Amino acid sequence: MKYILMMNTMKAGHGVPEWPKKDLQAHIAFMIGLNKELHERGELVLAEGLSFPDQAKLVRAGKNGLPVTDGVFPESKEFLAGFWIVDVDNPERAYAIAAKVSAAPGPGGAPLNMPIEVRPIMSGPPTEML
Amino acid sequence: MTKPWDATSEHLLRELAPQVLGAVTRRFRDFASAEDAVQEAMIAAFTQWPEEGIPENPRGWLIQVASRRMTDQLRSAIARRERETTVAREAEIMVPTVDPESDMDPDDTLILLFMCCHPALTSSSAIALTLRAVGGLTTAEIANAFLVPESTMAQRISRAKQNIKASGVPFRLPSPEERAERLPAVLHVLYLIFNEGYASSIGAHLQRLDLAREAMRLTRCMKNLLPEDAEAVGLLALMLLTDARRAARIGPNEELIPMDKQDRALWDRAEISEGIELLTAALSKGAVGLYQLQAAIAAVHDEAARAEDTDWPQILALYELLKRVSPGPMVTLNHAIAAAMVHGPSKGLELLTALDTDSRLASHYRLDAVRAHLLELAGDYEKAIKHYRSAAARTTSIPERNYLMTQAARLEERPRGPDRNTTVP
Repeated sequence: MKYILMMNTMKAGHGVPEWPKKDLQAHIAFMIGLNKELHERGELVLAEGLSFPDQAKLVRAGKNGLPVTDGVFPESKEFLAGFWIVDVDNPERAYAIAAKVSAAPGPGGAPLNMPIEVRPIMSGPPTEML
Repeated sequence: MTKPWDATSEHLLRELAPQVLGAVTRRFRDFASAEDAVQEAMIAAFTQWPEEGIPENPRGWLIQVASRRMTDQLRSAIARRERETTVAREAEIMVPTVDPESDMDPDDTLILLFMCCHPALTSSSAIALTLRAVGGLTTAEIANAFLVPESTMAQRISRAKQNIKASGVPFRLPSPEERAERLPAVLHVLYLIFNEGYASSIGAHLQRLDLAREAMRLTRCMKNLLPEDAEAVGLLALMLLTDARRAARIGPNEELIPMDKQDRALWDRAEISEGIELLTAALSKGAVGLYQLQAAIAAVHDEAARAEDTDWPQILALYELLKRVSPGPMVTLNHAIAAAMVHGPSKGLELLTALDTDSRLASHYRLDAVRAHLLELAGDYEKAIKHYRSAAARTTSIPERNYLMTQAARLEERPRGPDRNTTVP
């Protein structure tokens, strides 16, 4: 079963986190360690971090289908900061990974308790299950 | 002397994989390393044989290549250990001579199946390890079949082997009592591989390795090794009788086609007759199990020339037996469909109410899908639409979601007046 774990933590108008060096390093090391662990367990399909919201553009098709881009964004909007796709045996395991991500260390090493959105990834047709 | 590589050669190579692994494991007494060495020998064969031809003794060739890898590994391990103290004494390292014929043990494949489907493993690890060690597939092929990166699959396999090592399973055939106890786990892994393949056999997934065929090949092998086991035979029959409908299940736009709307001319007659023959033989052996009963139900469907000829009373009787042999919410659900087909939709709907409080199924899309179908049969279209849509919202299968949304739309747009256009999902 594949799940996507989405970390929606960025806010428009907020730049890079201004944490002390030691806290930043702890956070980065945590994320690298987590990805390594997921890979070693044979569960990691894909993990990506996204650029900050000031790089984001909203694109719509204009006349003739040409792209019309628009800068950003309403102040309160939350942005996807990164995501993981994992292949695990049951939903509980996906939730356990999400809880681990959520508790990534922030300023002062305190857990951030970020909300992580977990959703199943759609698959092919089901079996007949007679 | 070599033989040219042809269409059957890959099959031959895969059949040899567990035999070679058995021989190398027994010789070196290290399953985990032997498995890696055999994988390398398999990859070497897949690269060399198509160009250079198949060696006269392919099994001996594979054992020799794998043994050489094992010896190299041992040498470097010993060298590492002795580097600082003394010169590595190669003479002490046993380099076994290759005698392929005396190494031959027909039970190796069976031993490996029991080992790879060990209860210490999660089903995803057991599946991956079985496909590699018994099926002779490469890590890349397995990774591609499950749409995960190759390195992730390699880790999964390596962890599975660590678990087997940690649980201390000896490399020998389990005792008859142990075998009887563990056989259901082996059959279940083969069944899961088949389902994975059957479920993914459409559209974008067509590029994927044919896991359903691989599962049938392994089950056939299992059945040949345990010809007296009625459930192993029953499982192969179930696979054949289900796979027979494969070509008719999916329409040109990748839409799911329910059984009563399938073009039965597309059903594979050869698979159906083999399945029925196997099933008949299995049923004559006595104790009737879960796979034989499911195969029997598949056979009743396959034998009907038209959907309306389906012998639903017989299917209902088989589900009643199945409820006793292997009770579970999915069986209850399918039993309710059969009851509806025999006694009318209200009987089926009545049976479904028992499942509303079953935590394993209460929020499962399939309960909504079946209820929608039975409500439609009962003529309660408004409620049917509602349940088709809540099933569509819950399934994690895209073709199923498309199917269920389309069912709801069809009912919304139905010509007013009596409507008899119904389908079994």
